[in-house]
Amino acid sequence: MVFSRSDHRTSDFLELLQRERPELLSRFGTGAGGTTSLPDSSPANWKGQHLPTSSVMDLYDNLLEGTTILAAVYNEGVIVAGDRQATAGFQVGERRIRKVYEVDTYSAIAIAGVAGPAMEMAKLFQVQVEFYEKIEGSPLSLEGKANSLSNMVKSNLPMAMQGLVVVPIFAGYDLKRKQGKIFKYDAIGGQYEESEYYATGSGGKDAQATLKKLYSADMPRDSALKLVAEALWDAADEDVATGGPDFIREIFPTIKIIDSTGISDIPDSEVKALYTELLDRLRS
Amino acid sequence: MPAPYYVSPEQIMQEKEDFARKGIEKAKEVIVLEYRDGILMVAENPLATVFKISEIYDRIALAATGLYPDYEALRYAGIQGAEIKGFTFNREDVTARWLANQYSQQIGAIYRQPDVKPLEVELLLCEIREDSSSKNRIYHLSFDGTFWEDNEYTVIGGRAEEIAGILENEYSASLDLSDAVKLAARTFAAVETEVDEADRYQVTAETIEAAVLDETRNRRKFRRLLPDELSEMLSA
Repeated sequence: MVFSRSDHRTSDFLELLQRERPELLSRFGTGAGGTTSLPDSSPANWKGQHLPTSSVMDLYDNLLEGTTILAAVYNEGVIVAGDRQATAGFQVGERRIRKVYEVDTYSAIAIAGVAGPAMEMAKLFQVQVEFYEKIEGSPLSLEGKANSLSNMVKSNLPMAMQGLVVVPIFAGYDLKRKQGKIFKYDAIGGQYEESEYYATGSGGKDAQATLKKLYSADMPRDSALKLVAEALWDAADEDVATGGPDFIREIFPTIKIIDSTGISDIPDSEVKALYTELLDRLRS
Repeated sequence: MPAPYYVSPEQIMQEKEDFARKGIEKAKEVIVLEYRDGILMVAENPLATVFKISEIYDRIALAATGLYPDYEALRYAGIQGAEIKGFTFNREDVTARWLANQYSQQIGAIYRQPDVKPLEVELLLCEIREDSSSKNRIYHLSFDGTFWEDNEYTVIGGRAEEIAGILENEYSASLDLSDAVKLAARTFAAVETEVDEADRYQVTAETIEAAVLDETRNRRKFRRLLPDELSEMLSA
């Protein structure tokens, strides 16, 4: 076909890149039988005598890691949020990083793990979903999008084996079933649906504890937003790598909300108000 | 062995041109209009399954007429090329001018190939302006790969000249969306009055396909106008 190296037509962007521009996919989409750029350093090959050299360990210490992300279903949809800090070893690597991205009108992806490949995965996934919609003239089902993300995490397996783990959360509004849904992934692409809430990343456990204690099914929007803000606060409070609200630099966590009308950002001013209220409560 | 017939290059090209023109003469028309907030595209299309107007990229849409498999292949190629370019570099590096050149090269190459059927297509590649300092772009591509730029309003398809003639008198700048939709529907209806009553195309919200590139939207400017919305605009 025109512009391309072969006549094959696909609505799968990942497949298209594998065929047309494999060099752009050094990390993803190489598939189970694919190659990776660091073939000999996987832990399976270390066996005591091939431990990574100190310079490789330094490299790992300097990689940015995304920290806490979470999602919670409320009565009209789902909320996805993340703190704004990326950590490199024991240093703050980045204070304003964004870990929650809009995928399309009805879904969002949040990313934790090694920031570089994670952001690349989010970008690729967004194109994947949009490409399908444009080619086919109708969007993928929510579950279809979730499965396609699972394949992307799976193709990151060789990198995950070297410790470069990417764990996303995918959440969206299911137009057919009229409810918010959350999908979580493990490092090797296992996909699990969560019906209420989920948090992951370095402060995930702490955020999860708060969600567990205070979550109730059918929460309205406002209380769900308060809960999400509090869960991220607790994650930042307990986990050194997670960033809290920064009133000096005016940096606040990213919160996106998805309901039957589509996705929208909770503006910084509203997030700031949530934290001001939370801090007042904690002080009293 | 019989000697092959000699056919002059002029004659070969003339025959190709006649062939392509014949195909396009039968094609239903698409009207493209600039309105206050962007670009409106309206087609006579009774089918809800096959589109003549599609989203290509953030600010780019394609309106096509002619032989469906031909323009569908071009539509696919356009989306594919644009997404790969945007992924490799940056989304803002994908422009309609670049894409119009790609299309021109491809359509032209097919047109010049011996023993290959020329593409029976006429395309309008529309790009909405980035901000108030730039302008909308409408690239008009022909079956032989030549292209030029149109503005304000333009038409592709069999009776394009006739329809453009009507629009020349009726079009005014800065129409709002519903006035622009009404103008397009009225124009289609006007050319239909010259058709035999039995074959006449009924212009209603269900039998036209309409979409906009709307400046007020977020990243993806393209939006289809749904039949409900269209009938509301047409009846107002």
